[in-house]
Amino acid sequence: MQALYAQLLVGLINGSFYALLSLGLAVIFGMLNIINFAHGALYMMGAFCAYFLLNIAGIGYWPALIIAPIAVGIFGMILERTMLQWLAGLDHLYGLLLTFGLALIIQGVFQNYFGSSGLPYAIPSELQGGMNLGFMFLPIYRGWVVVFSLVVCLATWFLIEKTRLGANLRAATENPTLVRAFGINVPRMITLTYGLGVGLAALAGVLSAPINQVRPLMGADLIIVVFAVVVIGGMGSIMGSIITGFALGVIEGLTKYFYPEASNTVVFVLMVLVLLLKPAGLTGRAA
Amino acid sequence: MAEAAAKPAGAEILSVSDLQAWYGESHILHGINFNVKAGEVVTLLGRNGAGKTTTLKSVMGIIGKRTGSIRFNGQDITRASSDRIARLGIAFCPEERGIFASLDVRENLLLPPIVRSGGLSLDQIFDLFPNLKERLNSQGTKLSGGEQQMLAIARILRTGARFLMLDEPTEGLAPVIIQQIGHTIARLKSEGFTILLVEQNFRFASTVADRYYIVEHGKVIDGFANSELSANMDKLHTYLGV
Repeated sequence: MQALYAQLLVGLINGSFYALLSLGLAVIFGMLNIINFAHGALYMMGAFCAYFLLNIAGIGYWPALIIAPIAVGIFGMILERTMLQWLAGLDHLYGLLLTFGLALIIQGVFQNYFGSSGLPYAIPSELQGGMNLGFMFLPIYRGWVVVFSLVVCLATWFLIEKTRLGANLRAATENPTLVRAFGINVPRMITLTYGLGVGLAALAGVLSAPINQVRPLMGADLIIVVFAVVVIGGMGSIMGSIITGFALGVIEGLTKYFYPEASNTVVFVLMVLVLLLKPAGLTGRAA
Repeated sequence: MAEAAAKPAGAEILSVSDLQAWYGESHILHGINFNVKAGEVVTLLGRNGAGKTTTLKSVMGIIGKRTGSIRFNGQDITRASSDRIARLGIAFCPEERGIFASLDVRENLLLPPIVRSGGLSLDQIFDLFPNLKERLNSQGTKLSGGEQQMLAIARILRTGARFLMLDEPTEGLAPVIIQQIGHTIARLKSEGFTILLVEQNFRFASTVADRYYIVEHGKVIDGFANSELSANMDKLHTYLGV
């Protein structure tokens, strides 16, 4: 039983990263109509940003949790202003190719300087150790990642679905021309939205640094699964991508316990099934 | 209201001269000339595809390529972006109404930002359109066609813009709703709003308009005041093919 709970926890942790990343992808896709293949590289940059802050400036985990998403978010906004904005109105393929190329360049640069092996990042002292819950041992940092990710996801959902700002965003997703004709600066909103999605990825990167180490290709490995999550959940839905992210993490964890051989493929098998039965995804709107 | 008082009645608010516009490669407007004076209701009439909607969209700045001159309150807005034009006090109600499906009625109503003071309060809006108050929490596109049209007009009255462009507000609506929209336009006019209307429904237009312009093949080919209407009826029938 201990092993089952342990795998469930691992599943929830992975689910947290899936949710944070697929949430950002969904937000970006909604507003920019771009499938952001650079998402994994930006996640990696978040982790590296935390690493640099600690090892160069002596700035620890807690400030990094705020600084890294902002710094990488600004980097993302520069990418949007200088490159992505010119793709508005073009076929998805162009955005996919451009962001894929960006991902390769960013990862290549980091690999050039840091190789492929992992750099250590220590768990902050406040979150070290663990708790015995009776039925299992819970490392505090892992519990923190799950709870904090869930809070961030729900806060993002609230921002988009329940606030005035979110209403502007939803409206601009539907009909940017008309929203702009009401006097709202839609191009600026698009840039900020991309920054928000990228910031979420960088935040996931910081959260993962103490668990998975900091590696140039940490995002490249993860992003393939995240895209499968997005396909299963459906591109357009905020809550859908959160729930699917966590659920698929858990399903992966359960598979690791019951049939470990399939744990790396279960998400993709589900993706195939969903594509066969419900091509728009579980919560997505049909195109 | 202060805005209308500050403008002497009859001053030109919008003047459009030699406006040409393109959708991609296709040249739609070939030289549109007209003007709208403070407090007037001016109607653009013409057949389908004549360029009436494109004219409104050009004024609003949402047609990619446009040349010529569009002046609003003396300011050249020919090349301005649509968000800037909106902030100068022009509000647009599109033909397809543009109600957002992912927003409820309240969110739709509150979406356009206030661009200046003097807009209608929510209470005044509910006074004009009592139906909306009961449907505030419904999804925007769950409303009936008439209610959606009211919502589309209501949301631009909040913004404080005193110049409204309404693109076929009666299209596809039941006669009783058309009447209600007519009353609304008359009331807005009496409160000092200036309105540029595009209509196919000439009979409706004649109940609210001060002046008409006829648009054909992307040009304004004629114009006359409401008082000259009966003298121009024969010409009008030829223009509109009714």
